[in-house]
Amino acid sequence: MGLDYNIPEFIIERDQDRCIDCQVCQHQCANQVHAYDQDLEKMVAQDIDCVNCHRCVTLCPTNALIIRENPSEYKKNKNWTGNMIENIQKQAATGGILLTGMGNPTAKKIYWDHILLNASQVTNPSIDPLREPMELKTFLGRKPDQIEFDDNGELKDLPPQLELDIPIMFGAMSFGSISINACKSLAKAASDLGLMYNTGEGGLHQDLYQYGQRTIVQVASGRFGVHNEYLNAGAAVEIKVGQGAKPGIGGHLPGEKVGAEVSKTRMIPKGSDALSPAPHHDIYSIEDLRQLIYALKEATDYKKPVSVKIAAVHNVAAIASGIASAGADIIAIDGYRGGTGAAPTMIRDNVGIPVELALAAVDDRLRQEGLRKNVSLVVSGSIRNSADIVKAVALGADAVYIASAALISLGCHMCQKCYTGKCNWGIATQRPELVKRLNPEVGAQRVKNLITGWSHEIKEILGGMGINALESLRGNRLMLRGIDLTEKELEILGIKHAGK
Amino acid sequence: MKRVYAREEYCLGCKLCEVYCVTSHSKSKDIVKAHKLEEITPRIIIESKDNISFALQCRHCEAADCTKACITGAIQKDEETGIVNYDAVRCVGCWTCIMACSYGVIRRDEYGDKVISKCDLCITEEEPACVTNCPNSALEFEERE
Repeated sequence: MGLDYNIPEFIIERDQDRCIDCQVCQHQCANQVHAYDQDLEKMVAQDIDCVNCHRCVTLCPTNALIIRENPSEYKKNKNWTGNMIENIQKQAATGGILLTGMGNPTAKKIYWDHILLNASQVTNPSIDPLREPMELKTFLGRKPDQIEFDDNGELKDLPPQLELDIPIMFGAMSFGSISINACKSLAKAASDLGLMYNTGEGGLHQDLYQYGQRTIVQVASGRFGVHNEYLNAGAAVEIKVGQGAKPGIGGHLPGEKVGAEVSKTRMIPKGSDALSPAPHHDIYSIEDLRQLIYALKEATDYKKPVSVKIAAVHNVAAIASGIASAGADIIAIDGYRGGTGAAPTMIRDNVGIPVELALAAVDDRLRQEGLRKNVSLVVSGSIRNSADIVKAVALGADAVYIASAALISLGCHMCQKCYTGKCNWGIATQRPELVKRLNPEVGAQRVKNLITGWSHEIKEILGGMGINALESLRGNRLMLRGIDLTEKELEILGIKHAGK
Repeated sequence: MKRVYAREEYCLGCKLCEVYCVTSHSKSKDIVKAHKLEEITPRIIIESKDNISFALQCRHCEAADCTKACITGAIQKDEETGIVNYDAVRCVGCWTCIMACSYGVIRRDEYGDKVISKCDLCITEEEPACVTNCPNSALEFEERE
C-alpha cells in the first residue's frame, strides 16, 4: 500500500542521564517498543508501536521514561479534529471497522459531575461513622408483598436474595476477554469482601467454582459454557441482553484468544472465534424473555435470583418495565460509558444513553407501575468513585457494578487496546507470559483495598447526611441537587437545582 | 532459617531484582550511580527460557558444598544465622566453589580478577532487596520446612 500515513500517537522521552540500560522496559513491552541498540550503546524506542499503557513507565526503576501525546499539530479545525483525520487514515489503510476497548472517552456530559450531595448542618445531626454503627448491607432480589414469619421467627416464603456487605459488584467480564489471573483476583476479592462478581459470558473456569457463592453466572446470546452445573454453581444467574459499550451487538472474542482453557470453559473448539449473536435468537419479545427467565429459574430450582442486564437505550424505562413484568428479580442497566474488551469505536462512542438518566427514568417508571419492589436495580457504566455510588443509590439504584475501576485497581492504565490481546498488565490477554504478570494474590489485595477505601468514603458521606443506613438513602433524591443542568435534565433526574 | 524462594508462576523476567541487588551492594546505594559509576556483579541470576523465568540466588545450604570445596576457608557457614558467608580477603580466586555449587549461583565477579559474587541475603537490611522490590511478589523471604 506504499506509505503508511499514520504517525506515532505517542512520543517516548527517555532521560539518558537516568537510564541505566537495565532493559526492564524492553522485557515488559509486548508491543516491542523498547530495544537496546548495540551500536549506539543505549536504549532506543519505536514510538509508532507505543499504546501508552504505562507498563514501562511504572516499572522503570529510575523514572527515566515519560510518554507524551505526539505534540505534532494539525491545522486547527473544530470539525475535522486530529482524531477524525487519523481515524480516516486508519480505515483508508485497512478497510476495516475501527476497533477499540474500554469505555466511551468522548467529552460528553457526565451527569454524576453535575449532581451534588447534601450534608447535615445544625437542625439534623451528622453521624460519625468511626464512632457509631453504619449499615451498608444490601439485599438484591424480589421483595415479598407482605412479610410473614414462621413459628421460629424466620421470614416465610422470602424470594431468593443476594446478600451484599457493600452495594458494589464486579461487572461481567468473561474469561477470554480477561485473563484467568484477573478472574481469580476479582473472585477472591468478592469472596473476601462479601460482594459478588460476574462471570461474563465466557463460562466458569474449573478453578473458580470454589467462589460459587459469590458468583453471578451469566447467560448471553452465545450461550458459551452454559450447562446445568454452571447455572447451579453461582448464587444468581444473569441474562445478558445488552452491554452499554455496544448496545445492539454481541460479544466478539477473536480465535487467537481461545486457547485450551478458554476453549474448554466455553465449550468451543480451540482457536475458533467466539461470536455472540446480536440478539438472543429465542428472545424476540417480553414473553420470550419470560420463558428464558423461568427456564433458568426452573433449572436452578427457584433458589437463585435471575437478573437481566440491558444497555441503557432510548426506551429504557419501558423496556425495564417489561423485564420486571417478565419475572426478573434484578435489572442491571449498563450506561453508554460502560467498558468493553472490544467494540466498534463508532458504536461505543455514539450508541446508548447516560446511565444516570436511564436510572432515574427506570426507577420512576417502576414506581409508577407498582413494580419497583419486584426488582432490584443495579447500574453500571461508568461508576468511577464512591461519590458516584452514593449518587446512584440516591437516584434509586440498589447496587452498582464496577468493572473498569476494578481493572484499574489491578493495573489497567486505560490504553484501550484490550482487543489486541497484548495487555502488558496481564489483564486483557491470554498470552501466558503476560497473564503471569498479574499475581492474583496481589491483584485481589489491591481490589480489596480499593473497595475498603470506597466503603469508608460511602460511610463518611452517609454520616455527613445524618443517615446511618444506606437503605435510608435509596431513592432519596432530596439528598441530591443539580448544577449546570437544564430544567428538562432536572426533571428527568427528578432532582432540584442547587439553591432550591 | 529464612531463605528467598522464587515463585516461577509469577516471575515476569523483568530483572528488577538484579537492578536492586546491584544497588544494594553498591557503595553509593544510589540506583543511577551504582549502575553508571560502579562496577558490580549482581548476586542474583535470572534463569529464563521461553515463557518460564525465575530468580535464583545462593540457597545457603545446610551442608554447603562450596564451604567444603573452598581451599582457604573464605566461604564458611555461620552456624548462628545459617548464612553462607564469603570473605573476599581470604579468597584466592581458584573458583573451586563455582564448580562445586550444584545450583550454579556462585559467579565469578565480572569486575574483579579473583573474587566471586554470591548472595549475602542483604544481611544488614530487614529483607533482601530483590524480595522487597519484586513488582509481582514472585520472591518470598520466609522460613520453610
